[in-house]
Amino acid sequence: MATIAPALHSVTKMKVTTLKAGRCITCIMGLPLLSDQAPYPRREIEEAQVHLTPMAITLEEVRHVAKLARLDLDEGEIVYFQSELNALIGHFSDIQKVDVAGIVPTSHAVAMQNVWAEDIAEEGLPRVTALRNAALHRAGLFVVPQIIED
Amino acid sequence: MLTGLSAFEIAAKVRAKEVSCVEVAQAFIDRVGQLDGQYGAFLRLAPETTLEQAAAVQERVERGEAGPLAGVPIALKDNISTLGIETTCASKILEGYVPPFNATVVEQILAADGVVLGKTNLDEFAMGASTETSAYQLTKNPWDVTRSPGGSSGGSAAAVAAELAPVALGSDTGGSIRQPASLCGIVGFKPTYGRTSRYGLIAFGSSLDQIGPLARNVEDAALLASVTSGKDPRDGTSLPNPPIDISALKTRSLKGMKIAVPDEMFGDATSPEVQAVIEAAMKTLEQEGVLFTRVSIPSIKLGVTTYYIIAPAEASSNLGRFDGIRYGLRAEGKGHIDLVEKTRSAGFGKEVKTRIMIGTYALSAGYYDAYYVRAQQVRAIMQQEFAQVYQDYDFVLSPTSPITAFKIGELNQDPLALKLLDYCTIPANMGGMPGISINAGFAGGLPVGLQLLAAPLEDESVLQAAYAMEKALPSASGRPPMP
Repeated sequence: MATIAPALHSVTKMKVTTLKAGRCITCIMGLPLLSDQAPYPRREIEEAQVHLTPMAITLEEVRHVAKLARLDLDEGEIVYFQSELNALIGHFSDIQKVDVAGIVPTSHAVAMQNVWAEDIAEEGLPRVTALRNAALHRAGLFVVPQIIED
Repeated sequence: MLTGLSAFEIAAKVRAKEVSCVEVAQAFIDRVGQLDGQYGAFLRLAPETTLEQAAAVQERVERGEAGPLAGVPIALKDNISTLGIETTCASKILEGYVPPFNATVVEQILAADGVVLGKTNLDEFAMGASTETSAYQLTKNPWDVTRSPGGSSGGSAAAVAAELAPVALGSDTGGSIRQPASLCGIVGFKPTYGRTSRYGLIAFGSSLDQIGPLARNVEDAALLASVTSGKDPRDGTSLPNPPIDISALKTRSLKGMKIAVPDEMFGDATSPEVQAVIEAAMKTLEQEGVLFTRVSIPSIKLGVTTYYIIAPAEASSNLGRFDGIRYGLRAEGKGHIDLVEKTRSAGFGKEVKTRIMIGTYALSAGYYDAYYVRAQQVRAIMQQEFAQVYQDYDFVLSPTSPITAFKIGELNQDPLALKLLDYCTIPANMGGMPGISINAGFAGGLPVGLQLLAAPLEDESVLQAAYAMEKALPSASGRPPMP
């Protein structure tokens, strides 16, 4: 089964479209975008390949991630996503080189402390309104498949 | 023609009783009916609701009580919840979903006597930069209908550019208001994160998403931004600051304005034709007294990667709620998990699945530190670097998009090229900064947008500067070829 190949394949594919479109996809890694006229520098193509190959994600990992994401993918999709993920995650390598020692990760755009709401009772959605968009409901409840076996 | 008027002009005419709200609403409903077949900007209109709202506003006009948006019809991106009007995020998974409540921005528009015109097309769940990932239709750029309007708020941008609506709301997670505004030759404004409530905006990347206006001039964008901002107790990330104040919009001079121009957003980062237009605009602004300084903000080059880890990570969590049980599509399945998996597989398109997969991978055991935590650290570095620049400069200026409008289908075989369209816009989302795109001129008959960024909470300043620049660049305004 092809585990490494899709990563290399996506490099080739990207290289071709990049040359044709005249835009450098590798600036995702901090490399320049080129004009239509400029030849694509060989050194950067090689770098792109170096970044991609060691990151290859296996088909098994793709299946595992799909399971975590609650997506039911067929075999064709598994192969497709392997190639997509390898291509994208290959490009994530630029941040691996950044010196982040002592940098506190920030999860937010604007620093905020705990936010408290006033403790006031408010009307919720009426039950009938809340159920209106459900594909199946009965006796004022959402209908779900049986979860616990008999 | 009524439909060619700005939002300010419409509100003024309505208040002066030169025209009724119902006439205005009907004029736009008719124009959309006549022309939108060419553009595909709207997913749906709600003419009954629109006319009802218009009639109610007219009553207030008669009593002399009309608000700042008196009778102005507003197009809403279809990821903004509208009570009683289907809201799909351009996804099959939400087909038929009718929200039981209004987003806060919709309540604010109605309170200001605006009128909801309809819901506009977008990339599915706002994931894309061309509006091509919509599960329903393609949207065309009014400047050239063989080209994309950009995205993800492409429907809102096309609607405003084609005068199908005077103003619209979009949402911006990595550039989704500013980039389509740039490609369609209009104004797009992303406020500081937290100034506009996200309550009722169907979440994509919660720490990045922000609602904002698209308009044909800065004044209209500022008007809509002022109405749709302010503290909202229903959004925990809403800032306590008052609504955006536009009373001093026209007071700022360009003379002595200090603007940083990052090397990383010029040179090889932008196509030569876009760069030429931006540089010509800068020359004009320089003559008006703007002081430009080239600076280096190295982390800009890491923006796309950082974004493509953080946004999908947040999306993979946010989109976990679509399970087929409480609303939206429900597929048949053997047992609970099978039902959920089959529903999500049938309901989400390829791009959405890709982002869910990337996000799930980046958050999964063994990769969390290498990708997600590290991306959050790079985000902190980016914020620090920009904060440093804002100590010495009022604004940062760049092209909005590295290229002009591209042919429909041209980039969707090359997903990475498409993702690079957000290269110049992503930093604003990472740092919560306000950012605006105004038209700077034309290249090959297509609009070229100029982006202005400012430090968080400098929304008023960035709007004032954009207003002054718009006045200094009269040749940058134009109207697409259309009736």
